[in-house]
Amino acid sequence: MIEVRDLKKSFGPNRILDGLSFEIPRGESLVIIGRSGGGKSVLLKHLIGLLMPDSGAVLIDGKNIVGMNERELLSVRGKFGMLFQGAALFDSMTVAENVAFAFRHSPEMTVREIQSKVGEVLEMVDLPGTENKKPSELSGGMRKRVGLARAIIYHPEIVLYDEPTTGLDPIVSDSIDKLILRVRDCLDVTTIVVTHDMRSARTVGQRILMLHDKKVYAAAPTDQFFQSQDPVIRRFIDGVSDAKEHYF
Amino acid sequence: MNFRGWIADWIEGLGRLAMLTREAVASLFTFKVAWSDLLYQVYFVGVKSQSVVLITGAFTGMVLGAQTYFQFHKVRMDTATLAVVSVSMCSELGPVLTGLMVAGRVGAAIAAELGTMKVTEQIDALRTLATHPVDYLVVPRLVALHIALPLLTIEAIAVGIGAGYLVGVYLLDIDSTYLWINMLKYTTSSDLTIGLIKSFIFGGIVALIGCYKGISCGEGAEGVGRATTEAVVYSSITILITNFFLTLTLGRIFHTL
Ligand SMILES: Nc1ncnc2c1ncn2[C@@H]1O[C@H](COP(=O)(O)OP(=O)(O)OP(=O)(O)O)[C@@H](O)[C@H]1O
Ligand SMILES: [Mg+2]
Repeated sequence: MIEVRDLKKSFGPNRILDGLSFEIPRGESLVIIGRSGGGKSVLLKHLIGLLMPDSGAVLIDGKNIVGMNERELLSVRGKFGMLFQGAALFDSMTVAENVAFAFRHSPEMTVREIQSKVGEVLEMVDLPGTENKKPSELSGGMRKRVGLARAIIYHPEIVLYDEPTTGLDPIVSDSIDKLILRVRDCLDVTTIVVTHDMRSARTVGQRILMLHDKKVYAAAPTDQFFQSQDPVIRRFIDGVSDAKEHYF
Repeated sequence: MNFRGWIADWIEGLGRLAMLTREAVASLFTFKVAWSDLLYQVYFVGVKSQSVVLITGAFTGMVLGAQTYFQFHKVRMDTATLAVVSVSMCSELGPVLTGLMVAGRVGAAIAAELGTMKVTEQIDALRTLATHPVDYLVVPRLVALHIALPLLTIEAIAVGIGAGYLVGVYLLDIDSTYLWINMLKYTTSSDLTIGLIKSFIFGGIVALIGCYKGISCGEGAEGVGRATTEAVVYSSITILITNFFLTLTLGRIFHTL
């Protein structure tokens, strides 16, 4: 269970989040949408303690992580898996080393067990046989899938996906969506997905939360959200810009 | 930037560096470091700095030998030439020059590597994988430099004295036996000890400033570039300044014993 209370964050003079509050019950899959630059990635980083808010609280299973030091946060982060928007693979390591990073010093697992697990997860993200490639040899979409494999291999309780399908072709996007659902159902994880892809939002989300103007603009179950007649929501879903600037 | 702002930034930087040092020491004493990471860093720092250190040591020893000879020859102290080379290589030039070369080579590499990891969110990724960046990135480099720099310094000293000897005997025609005996007579073990203590400390300086600059790197390619330059400049200057104070204190301690 994740609870965010009155979260505020500024970078210098720029306020990015201005008093967000919401709850995510255990096992739910929540989709966060909002304009580009609206602070979605910043919000995700607050949930896992990579960024600290100026004020407000983030409660993970009842424990407030705001104000914890880095060592205390490490144990909380064991519950999380996170896929970064830019994948953030370790570029000095191979794909296999990246994916197996969480098991680096776990004495209870043999090298062979780790290898087979890595192979299994790479199979899941549709990248079999790429173990010995370096991240620089992969395409953007492949990197993202390796990042996904790295985030879910250790069966976290909460998985944060930052734009998992951006930059992927429709077929792979669909397989990633299915993978997210499968991870959710098999491992009973809480899923939080940031996305711009309305089709993907419809598929993976049980509930949709929309950030607008530094606040939570709307939060509703998926069906209800897509039927909403609110002009701001409608514009976002249908992808219509305000026709206010005409240069030509 | 105005002067007060500059001073405030400088003090804040020192504070952050001190926090990083404290975190690194705490991590070191709880043995959270992986041996494989450490070994790789020792290899990287030690083995890959060989050529630079050998060339620096050799040419410093040679030029020092020649210059000393030109002066000492006037007062017929030719055979004391190598003693001067040896004492100054052991206690001053060996550790300082090796420190500066390693700062340029390894300090820059550390800052660039960690800086790139910072800008591409790899350090954040590390943190999400429940790994403390200090345990994984800083401590292996710190320990590796503490181990490698004294060894490299010994190497530079030995090569410098050897090169000085060769120049003295074969180019300047100094009597080889007296040259060698005088060298042994005037070089004390405390000279070497002072050099090793200094190089141990310089290793820490290069590692901590390199890591600090990398981890606190600004945005983008420009940030990485700036972090790299600053790591080299600050660690070089810190080595030179620290060396002065170390010479004073260690000289007091060892030469009055
Ligand atoms: N470390 C930082 N320092 C300063 N400003 C930042 C930092 N991180 C993010 N910002 C600013 O915060 C705002 C929100 O960024 P964020 O990356 O959260 O947007 P986003 O909603 O994820 O956008 P996108 O959909 O394009 O990924 C941006 O204006 C960005 O410039
Ligand atoms: Mg984003």
